Amino acid sequence: MNPDHVIEVDAIRKAYGPTVAADDISFTVRRGEIFGLIGPNGAGKTTTMECVEGLREPDAGRIAVLGLDPVRDRRALQLRIGVQLQEAQLQKRIKVREAVAFWRSLYPTAVDGEPLLRQLGLHDKRDAWFMTLSGGQKQRLIIALALVNDPEVVFLDELTTGLDPQARRAIWDLVRGIRERGKTVFLTTHLMEEAERLCDRVAIIDHGRIIDIDAPTALVERHCPQRTVVVATDQDGAADRFRAISSATAVRCEGRRHEIDGRGDTLVTDVIHTISEHRMPVSEFRTVLPTLEDVFLTLTGRSIRA
Amino acid sequence: MKAMLRHLLQLTWLEIKIFVREPLGVFGSIAVPVLLFLVVGRIAVGGVDDRALREAAPGDLAFLRTDLPVFVAVMITLSAVLSLVTIIGIYREGGILKRLRATPVRPPTILLAHVLVKLIFTAAALGLMLLAGRRFYPIGVDAPLAAFTAALVLTTWSILSIGFVIASLVPTARFAQPLGALLLYPMIPLSGLFMPIETLPPGLETLARFLPLTYAVSLLRGIWSGNAWSLHLWDVAVLGLVFVIATGVSSRVFRWE
Repeated sequence: MNPDHVIEVDAIRKAYGPTVAADDISFTVRRGEIFGLIGPNGAGKTTTMECVEGLREPDAGRIAVLGLDPVRDRRALQLRIGVQLQEAQLQKRIKVREAVAFWRSLYPTAVDGEPLLRQLGLHDKRDAWFMTLSGGQKQRLIIALALVNDPEVVFLDELTTGLDPQARRAIWDLVRGIRERGKTVFLTTHLMEEAERLCDRVAIIDHGRIIDIDAPTALVERHCPQRTVVVATDQDGAADRFRAISSATAVRCEGRRHEIDGRGDTLVTDVIHTISEHRMPVSEFRTVLPTLEDVFLTLTGRSIRA
Repeated sequence: MKAMLRHLLQLTWLEIKIFVREPLGVFGSIAVPVLLFLVVGRIAVGGVDDRALREAAPGDLAFLRTDLPVFVAVMITLSAVLSLVTIIGIYREGGILKRLRATPVRPPTILLAHVLVKLIFTAAALGLMLLAGRRFYPIGVDAPLAAFTAALVLTTWSILSIGFVIASLVPTARFAQPLGALLLYPMIPLSGLFMPIETLPPGLETLARFLPLTYAVSLLRGIWSGNAWSLHLWDVAVLGLVFVIATGVSSRVFRWE
């Protein structure tokens, strides 16, 4: 096995009765990257992740995490990974510092609790009960518990679901911090923005199958090369001038607003060039780039939110 | 093995602290049975004066001497079991059990810690009941403390194992308390606590002989009134068997998530 491959998943399959949750799933997670498994709810993300964590046993296929078999070598592996489970709670009346102290006591080696709480911004909450914490604080504590054993791989399952945008951003910073400390992060999310901002590479999963794997920008370029430039101008004949641009494929006009579709990196430059060449008075200018959301739509014909 | 024991003690201590913080935790599991014991004892005595009580023949005061204390002991046990069923339901629903399974804690350790917590609170409630009984109970309390505690712990241990089977059946935490109560409380009138099971209608008598609580009551009542353990080997054996069967069943059907 390649020492740079922290997780290797080879053709795993998992069914619950007649429902196939994961079907011929294969991917590799490299050391030090943030790898995301993305797809709508019920696509098979959690099942796949829990097989990799050793919480479920796949019906077929092979998994290696840090060279270990998650089921057979479960106890050795548990010491080297950190886990956050989807929607997992703690005891309502457990204190923050008690949770950290207990979790630390479970591992032969553990990081110090105080700096960890300080890092995650929970230090002044250390005597608070779990039930009194805000959603973001709860999630930060759960992440803290996944880090107490100084794991080499951290698993995060839907970690910002239900959080407000501000708390979500704070969590993203934390996850980037985990990567900066040299750890590998394997996460699942149904939020495309989260995947785009956080992940080095993503695997798109739908109906238990992986559709494509790559860096978010590469996926967008491959499946949605089209981009759009929106320009608002009063100049007569602007639409025809935009239509003359070779990289433009379509131009739509609505009053003074022009939407110019096209492909390739030169479209934006070409539009700017046309504007300056014809000295157009411009009151609005923006580019609309496709996102992973559009990639998903293109690949499955459905919106991920549906 | 050493790590397992350390985890067990850590988790037990943690769960004790958490249980004490529950709004009704200590009050419900310790204060309520003790108060019930004293208040019902006082009401039962009614207008009888102290001297008459002291001179009464042993058989006259069977309710005060054995029935009420044994009834309260059974209530302590059953409320411990119900509380366990509820907690397991809540922990499963909150993903706490599953999360702990992703750590080096061995799964049986998690459940054993909860059993220990319940046994500790059962013993505490009993101890307080006996202490308060010596001072405030109309006829005082004069029972073999160590032997009765042992009998109650054995009983609780055995019925807690049934609790795990119930905890596996409960669909959601919300049903845990009512479903557990529905399965456990009807055993009380059939257990021979209020009337000898021989006096029950034949069908109910047969049913009573299959209920573990019947043997628990027989054991508790006997030990309380000073019988030797050798007279209750059958009760102990049945309770032990119940434990083995229920533990076997729940290790197969128990759901962690």
